[in-house]
Amino acid sequence: MLTIIFFLSSGLFLGWSLGANDAANIFGTAVGTKMIKFKTAALICSIFIILGAVVSGAGASHTLGELGAVNQLAGAFIVALAAAVTVMWMTKAGLPVSTSQAIVGAIIGWNFFSHTATSMSSLSKIVGTWVFSPILSALFAFLFFHITKRIVERSKIHLLRLDSYTRIGLLVVGAFGSYSLGANNIGNVMGVFINSSPFKDITLAGLLHLSSIQQLFLLGGIAIAFGVFTYSKKVMMTVGSGIFKLSPVTALVVVLASSITLFLFASQGLHDLLTSLHLPAFPLVPVSSSQAVVGSVMGISLAKGGRNINYKKLSQISMGWVATPLASAILAYVALFFMQNVFMQSVFK
Amino acid sequence: MPKFFNSKSKQLEGDIDGFLDRVTTAGLIFQEGVKAYVKGKKDKFEKNFKDITDLESDADNIRRDIKHKLYTYMLIPESRGDVLGLLETLDDIVDICEKVLEQFSIETPEIPEFLKSDFIELAELSSKAVEEVVKGARAFFREIGMVSDYVNKVHFYEHEADDVEEHLKRRAFNSDEIKRFSHKVHMRYFAEKIAAVSDVAESVAERLSVYAIKRRI
Repeated sequence: MLTIIFFLSSGLFLGWSLGANDAANIFGTAVGTKMIKFKTAALICSIFIILGAVVSGAGASHTLGELGAVNQLAGAFIVALAAAVTVMWMTKAGLPVSTSQAIVGAIIGWNFFSHTATSMSSLSKIVGTWVFSPILSALFAFLFFHITKRIVERSKIHLLRLDSYTRIGLLVVGAFGSYSLGANNIGNVMGVFINSSPFKDITLAGLLHLSSIQQLFLLGGIAIAFGVFTYSKKVMMTVGSGIFKLSPVTALVVVLASSITLFLFASQGLHDLLTSLHLPAFPLVPVSSSQAVVGSVMGISLAKGGRNINYKKLSQISMGWVATPLASAILAYVALFFMQNVFMQSVFK
Repeated sequence: MPKFFNSKSKQLEGDIDGFLDRVTTAGLIFQEGVKAYVKGKKDKFEKNFKDITDLESDADNIRRDIKHKLYTYMLIPESRGDVLGLLETLDDIVDICEKVLEQFSIETPEIPEFLKSDFIELAELSSKAVEEVVKGARAFFREIGMVSDYVNKVHFYEHEADDVEEHLKRRAFNSDEIKRFSHKVHMRYFAEKIAAVSDVAESVAERLSVYAIKRRI
């Protein structure tokens, strides 16, 4: 049991850092501008991240599994650790880092190490989605910004009432965003452990059935929630008053646009519905919530006439598409070598 | 929770509207007070002076209450500073209206016949500027796009008031009808005091246009 907990710890650490960083993408402005109390935000965020992870987490995780099925617990430990260290290192360097990109790089590192062929179709699907997701977010934000602006201007709503509606909106959209984040990003945290999951399916009180994967996701969700409660306040205060100075109403638009993007790339139900209607479905891929948010902010800048577009941030994002997976792949490869040859642990079958 | 937010918001909306109503009323009482004084209706003037004194303390209380509620209920954190700044400067208008009538009451300036119409016109223009700035403040809360229209009107009336003030002062100092120099200075003093109401309205309008830019989505 202790061994299992030890090997899962890197995934849990990755979950913790995801919670610490990405909760700010959803509730950052709301908390930073004091529209919502941190405790309320953290509670809602945690509940809905766990719900999203357990209920809808499977889709995006499956795609990661297609990319590389890490089949030994020690190997999964290293893959998650390499991703976590990369995320930590890139965060320290002040880059808009993505856990998705780090974990994909680490899985490719494992593929190289274990001489497993990397599925190019999965890889291109994933990378294509990374590029597409901020653009989609920008489009949504552009559209929602114009709609919101028109509604606010036409309704002649009082500043105070607008304020209370915005708070409610930030809570509701924040809950939706947290659910989408949990659904979309749990694969990054726990996906690599699926094939070596130590859990068995259980049924609680004859009512609630939890598969071994759902138990993994629940554990990951709790780790994310722990990250939200212990460390995200600091990040939220920076987001709310630092990099992106957004008004509460524009923050609402940004969070809504980003959340929908995350949801589209995570919802199995929507995927099935679109497929059954013979429509092109969104691939279920873990994307970066930070980059979706940057995309949304750019969308709003465009809607305001293209002023204040942060080209540096844009170039950092595109750099991240290459640099993050590369760094994490190299790190995973080296660490797997040490795990296998120094600690004498089998890292693949 | 939504009910909680809404009831507090509605209550405050009412308070703010009530405060703005008092500022408009202060402008009108001020105008009527100056008219009554100039026309020699002493009783009516004293009633106006009493009314504006009551109104001033009433407006102060409402403003303090709004400030207290905004902080206690953590409402509009983003625009709270601007809203309070706006209400405070609007309160300055009420204060100055009351002060001018008080000066009339204490100093009882002797207004010569040929300057009466100028004094009345000046008070009307100042009162107009107050009326428009209050409309601008209401627009700030509900219809941000309209603020600049009202701000422009305030500028217009303030400019007109400046012209009338200058005209009045020139007439006072060039006149042979007013014998004593001290009397001429007294006329200048009151012309400046009445025009100061429009000046304060203009400075509120300046703030308002900045706040409006900040509040645009």
